[in-house]
Amino acid sequence: MEVNERDPVSGRETTGHEWNGIKELDTPVPRGVLLFLIVTHLWAIAWWFLVPAWPLGTTYTRGLLGVDQRQTVEARVVDGQRERAAWMARLEKEPYDAIQADEALMQTVRNTGRQLFGDNCAACHGRDGKGRANYPDLTDDDWLWGGGPQLIEQTMRVGINTRHPESRVGQMPAFGRDEVLDRDQVRSVAAYVYSLSHPDYSTADNLKRIEAGREVFLTTCAACHGEDGKGNRDVGAPNLTDTHWIYGSDLDTIIASVHGGRQGHMPTWDERLTTAEIRTIALYVHDLGTQQP
Amino acid sequence: MIRQLTSSERQNAAVIAIAVAIVGLAMAAVGRTDVLGVHGVMVMLFAGAVLFYVLSGLYQPEPTEDRETSYYDDPIKVGIVLSMAWAVFGMFMGVWVAAQLAWPNLAFDAGWSSFGRLRPTHTTGVIFGFGGNALIATSFHVVQRTSRARLAGQLSPWFVLLGYNLFCLLAVSGYLIGVTQSKEYAEAEWYADIWLVIVWVTYFILYLRTIARRKEPHIYVANWYFMAFILVVAILHIVNNLALPISWGHAKSYTVWPGVQDAMVQWWYGHNAVAFFLTAGFLGMLYYYLPVRAQRPIFSYRLSILSFWGITFFYMWAGSHHLHYTALPHWVQTLGMTFSVMLLVPSWASAGNALLTLNGAWHRVRDDATLRFMMAAAVFYGISTFEGSFLAIRPVNSLSHYTDWTVGHVHAGALGWVALITFGSLYTLVPSLWKRERMYSAALVEVHFWLAIAGTLIYVFAMWNSGIIQGLMWRTYTEEGALAYSFVDSLVAMYPYYIARAFGGLLFLIGAVVGCYNIWMTVRSAPLAAPLNADVPIAPAVAGE
Repeated sequence: MEVNERDPVSGRETTGHEWNGIKELDTPVPRGVLLFLIVTHLWAIAWWFLVPAWPLGTTYTRGLLGVDQRQTVEARVVDGQRERAAWMARLEKEPYDAIQADEALMQTVRNTGRQLFGDNCAACHGRDGKGRANYPDLTDDDWLWGGGPQLIEQTMRVGINTRHPESRVGQMPAFGRDEVLDRDQVRSVAAYVYSLSHPDYSTADNLKRIEAGREVFLTTCAACHGEDGKGNRDVGAPNLTDTHWIYGSDLDTIIASVHGGRQGHMPTWDERLTTAEIRTIALYVHDLGTQQP
Repeated sequence: MIRQLTSSERQNAAVIAIAVAIVGLAMAAVGRTDVLGVHGVMVMLFAGAVLFYVLSGLYQPEPTEDRETSYYDDPIKVGIVLSMAWAVFGMFMGVWVAAQLAWPNLAFDAGWSSFGRLRPTHTTGVIFGFGGNALIATSFHVVQRTSRARLAGQLSPWFVLLGYNLFCLLAVSGYLIGVTQSKEYAEAEWYADIWLVIVWVTYFILYLRTIARRKEPHIYVANWYFMAFILVVAILHIVNNLALPISWGHAKSYTVWPGVQDAMVQWWYGHNAVAFFLTAGFLGMLYYYLPVRAQRPIFSYRLSILSFWGITFFYMWAGSHHLHYTALPHWVQTLGMTFSVMLLVPSWASAGNALLTLNGAWHRVRDDATLRFMMAAAVFYGISTFEGSFLAIRPVNSLSHYTDWTVGHVHAGALGWVALITFGSLYTLVPSLWKRERMYSAALVEVHFWLAIAGTLIYVFAMWNSGIIQGLMWRTYTEEGALAYSFVDSLVAMYPYYIARAFGGLLFLIGAVVGCYNIWMTVRSAPLAAPLNADVPIAPAVAGE
C-alpha cells in the first residue's frame, strides 16, 4: 500500500496525487459542515411538507398549510380595501365642504394625497406642487381655470386640450407666426403686457411703445384676457398683471408667447384614477394652496 | 504567433477566415435593409483582418521544434490582453451607467447612450468580455499544467478565443445600435447566438481532448469546474436562446418560449449563468492559482467533492427564486427557494476549503497582495453565496426584490468574488507565462488591491442601504392603510447612494487601469535568463524507446 506524504502544518496526509506541484490533503469533511448540511436539508423538507412544492403530473403537492400565493394576495387586497373603505367612501361621496370641515378626514387627505400626488402629478408639477418652467404652480392662489376642489376635480377629470369630449380648451394663438400681428405690433403688445406686471418699465423712453401696445392689446387680446388684462377663467386665459407666470415673465418670453402662441396640456385622469382618488388629489392640491403663508 | 503553425494549419486558418467572411458577406447582402447588414460588414472586417494576418505570415518558416514538448501559451497571452481590455471597457460603461442614475443628463439625449442600451454593454463587457476571456485564458493554462500535456489542437484555441471575441463585439455593438432580444445576460440576437454555439462546442471538444491526453492519472478539481462551466453554459445558452428570426434578413427574433415559461427559462438561464459562468469557472481558477500562490496543498479533497457535486446539482434548481410572487406557480417558487438554501453549505464548503488552504500561508497573505486578492475573493464568495441563499427565501425576497439590494448582491459577487479572483490569478499567471521573475511592481498590485477593496465595499454598502430603504419605503403604509411614499420619494432617497455607488465603481475602474499598466510593464520587462524549471509537458514517449 502506498504511503502518502504527510503535511507538516496540518499533520494530515495528502491524497497521494500531484498536479504540477499542487497536492490535496485527505482531510475529512468537518462535522460542523455535515451538520449544517443536514439542517438546511431538513429545513427544505419541512417547507415541502408545509407549502406547495412538488409537481405531480397535472397537479402538485398542496402542502399542509394550504396556502396559495394567489389566494393570499387576493385576501390581502380585500383586507386593504376594507381598511380604507370607511374614509374612501366618504371622500368619494360627501360634499367638499363637509370633508373640509372634518379635520380628521382632512388629515387623511393630506397623508394619502401626498403619495397620490407624488405618483401622478409630481412629474410635471413637482413634488411640492410648485411647478416649474412651463408647468403651473399649484400652491398659489392664481388659477387658470379656477381653484377650489370642485373646479380642480373638473380639470383633472377632463384635462386641458385633450381628446376628452368635455376637455377644457385653452389656446393662445400664434399671433406673430400666423401673421395676425406684424413684428412691430408683437413687440409693442409684449412691451405693454410686460409693463402691466413691471411698473418700473413704464419710463418716458418706453411710454410710446407701451401706448401703441395697449392699442393692439385692446383690439386683439382683451377678448380673452380682459380689457384690464386680469384674465378670464372661463377660457383659461391667465391674469397678465400679477407675478405668476407659467412660461416666464421676461420680455423675450412674452414676445415668444405672442409670436408663437401657447397650448398647454393637462392629461385626463378619469380613466386612470378612481373618483375617490381624484377627489382626494383635488382636496390635497386645494389644501396645498391654503397652507401657504 | 503564426510561426507556431505549420503550413497546412495556416492554410486551414485562411480557409476558416474566408468561410466566416463569406457568411459575413451573406449577412450583409440579405440584411442590407436592416441592422443585420451592419453586423455582416463587421463579421467581414473581422474575418478579413484575421485573413490578412494569416496570409501575411503564410510563407514564414515552419516550426522546427517538436511542439509537444512545450505548452501552447500564445492564445493564453492574447486572452489575457483581451480580458484586461474588456475589463476597462466594461467597467467604464458601468461607471457611466451608474453616474447616469445619479445624473440622468449624462445620457446626452442620444439613443445609443441611453441607460437601456449602455446597461447591457456594461454587463456583457464585464461578464463575457472580461470574465469570459479570463476564463478561456486561465482554463487553457490550467488544463495544460494540471494535465502535463499541450492543448489538443493548434488552430482550435485561436478559433475559440477569436470567435468568442467576435461574439462579444457583435453583442455589444448590437446593443448600441438597438439590437437586443431583451433577455438579461442573453441580449445578443439569434445570429450571434448561433455563432457562439459553434465557438463553444469547439471549446468543449478542445477541452475534453486535452484532458484525454493528460499524463496525470487523475483529473484535478479545477478541471472538473472548468468542464462543468463549459458544458452547462452550452446547454443554458442553447435552450434559453431558442428563437425564430422574423426573417433571415433581419436581426429581430422572437423566443419560442411563451409567457411565464419564457420567464422561467430565462431565469433558469440567468441564475445558472451566475452559477456556471461566474462561479464554477472562477472556482476552477481559484483551485489552481490559490494553492500555487500560497504554496499549500488543498485543505480537503473530500470537501472539494462535496462542494462540486452540491454546486452542480443544487444550482440547477434555484433559478425560480428570481420570480418570487409572480405569475410563476407557487410550487416552482418553493423549489427555487429550498434548493437555494440547500445550496448554501456546498458553496460555503468551497469558500472554506479555499480559506483553510491558506493555513500555514497567512504570512504570505499579509505580505503578498496577489494572494490577498484571492483570499478576499474567497471571503466575498462566502458572503455573497450566503446573501444569495438568504435573498432567495420568499419573505426576505418580498423586501429585497426589485430593489438595489439585488444590485448590491450581484456586485458583491461580481466585484468581490469574480473580479478579485481574476486579478489574483492574472497576477500569478502573467509573470510565469511571460517568464518574468515577478510582476513589474508589487507596490502597484498593492495599490490595485486597496482600490478594488475600497471600491467594492463602497459600492456594496451603498446598495445595501439604498436597497433596504427603497424596499421599506415601498411597503410603508399610513395609519389609514394607504401607501406612505410615492415612487419619486424613494428615488430622492436613493440619490446620495447612487453617487456613492458611482464613486465606488470609479475606484474599482481605476484599480483595473493600474492593473493593465502593471501587466503591460511586466510584459515589456526583460525575461528571466534561465527559464522556469520544468514548466513543460511530460514528454510523449518516443516510439522505439
